[in-house]
Amino acid sequence: MTDAPLTGPMGKPVVDAEEARRARKRKIEATARYLLPVAVMILMIWLWDRIVVWNEIPHFILPGPDRVWGSLTGDWPILWDAALLTGRITLMALVIAVVGGAGLAILFNQSKMVELSLYPYAVILQVTPVVAIAPLIFIYVESKTVGMLLCAWIVAFFPVLSSTTLGLNSVDHNLRDLFRIYGASRWQKLWMLQLPSALPYFLGGLKIAGGLSLIGAVVAELVAGTGGVGTGLAFRIQEAGYRLNIARMFAALAIVAAMGVFIFAALSLLSHMLLRKWHESALKREG
Amino acid sequence: MRKVAPFDDRAEVLRVNAVDKVFPGDVQALKDMSLSVRAGDFISLLGPSGCGKSTALRLIAGLSEPTSGRIEWDEPRKDGDLGVVFQEPTLMPWATVSQNVYLPFRLEGKSYTSVRDDILDALKLVGLDKFQNSYPRELSGGMKMRVSIARAMVTQPKLILMDEPFAALDEITRFKLNNDLLEMQARIGCTVIFVTHSVFESVFLSDRIVVMAARPGRVIEEVRVDAPYPRDEEFRTSAEYAAHCRAASKALEHAMEAA
Ligand SMILES: Nc1ncnc2c1ncn2[C@@H]1O[C@H](COP(=O)(O)OP(=O)(O)O)[C@@H](O)[C@H]1O
Ligand SMILES: [Mg+2]
Repeated sequence: MTDAPLTGPMGKPVVDAEEARRARKRKIEATARYLLPVAVMILMIWLWDRIVVWNEIPHFILPGPDRVWGSLTGDWPILWDAALLTGRITLMALVIAVVGGAGLAILFNQSKMVELSLYPYAVILQVTPVVAIAPLIFIYVESKTVGMLLCAWIVAFFPVLSSTTLGLNSVDHNLRDLFRIYGASRWQKLWMLQLPSALPYFLGGLKIAGGLSLIGAVVAELVAGTGGVGTGLAFRIQEAGYRLNIARMFAALAIVAAMGVFIFAALSLLSHMLLRKWHESALKREG
Repeated sequence: MRKVAPFDDRAEVLRVNAVDKVFPGDVQALKDMSLSVRAGDFISLLGPSGCGKSTALRLIAGLSEPTSGRIEWDEPRKDGDLGVVFQEPTLMPWATVSQNVYLPFRLEGKSYTSVRDDILDALKLVGLDKFQNSYPRELSGGMKMRVSIARAMVTQPKLILMDEPFAALDEITRFKLNNDLLEMQARIGCTVIFVTHSVFESVFLSDRIVVMAARPGRVIEEVRVDAPYPRDEEFRTSAEYAAHCRAASKALEHAMEAA
């Protein structure tokens, strides 16, 4: 063996052939997990580059990766400002989606009457495409920022609402009985039993809402156009498209995608931190 | 700490008085059940599944109302007078062992520091004081059940209700927990109503066995186990124990025929 000596599960040196084989398999799997996606990406970029060069495609139709990279670095100040704006709207929308969604879920859970009155409208808001609502919103809402937040909120709050509602209703029935026997008040039950039970469900909804609030922010920007609040990434994409600056479109798109990945990773990490001590989903199991 | 009074000399704690329980769909879960529970009794409700044992416990716990008849407590029930152990350990997975045992006090509004000693005592009694800061998922089935028992007795209740608490455990663990349970009962001098479908378990634990039959759920007869406490492994292998088991088996057979 040329590389570092293989070690078994407890860090002990490997003895027999079977164990060596298993240790090798573990090591290969661990490396492949990171190496494979990177390899695929490099391959795709290389292929993209070759297609552009071989077919002599003009850059205003499909720029090669080198040009996109050039735009990403060369236009960085513009793109960074745009990313900050889109990012800010996304985060603010996510925060109000969480507060609104979880708040509504708790309200619905506490009062059947409120739930019966409002739930249908929550569903209607959810099933109507936001692109169709957005133009109307900007007619009536003066502030661009508020309008954009409203759009993003409409798309993002529902997963939080529905998953938190499910969680609040998924309390172990024996624990519920136990709280009753000990004479727990409604608030004690909510605070000490229902909210912790709902946490894993809530976090699942939060992960979906994170992606959706980015989508909501981008859609809102496209509809709202510029003026008043400066320009976000979606607007930059549109603008570059009008100018046939396709490289910048790709560059801005890459940043939007990176933001989406970052939000998802951050929320996954948060979820893991909150649940790792007790929840099954955070358990490492063999096989 | 209370002391358990001699068998013939016990004051009544509560009385189940001609209770019927009919569930929607005309399911008669209990028919004309009467039972006098006295301080210090260790009562087993023994019977085949579906004979209304759990229903009886839920009625006594106040989790559901009788269709007719009454459950009468001699003194009005206060928080902490009643402890319950279900078939599943029913722990809060997000809370540590000591936080789980703290629950009954927490719901009464007591601060952790004011009851820390009680919690530690209860955990010592079930042999888990070293696991205070563990989470339930780190414990075995038997250990989780011990936590559940510690939680039920931490308030030193007058009455503990247990619904087949050891049914899901292996025999070795169950024997051990049977022994420990008797020791605990003697220590805090509480009354226990224990649901089981095991003749051997009911004889080992209780001084009164209430034999029940199904469809409709009802009491068939009461078997007295007059073997003295403390009972230990020696009792489990004695001829006296075997004789009591035979008597209880016969009563249970009787109940099955009556069904
Ligand atoms: N909530 C309920 N609704 C309808 N029927 C019930 C309910 N709970 C129990 N039963 C019925 O009552 C009978 C007694 O049930 P249970 O008290 O659980 O019996 P055991 O604990 O002795 O097995 C059964 O026939 C059961 O199906
Ligand atoms: Mg039952």
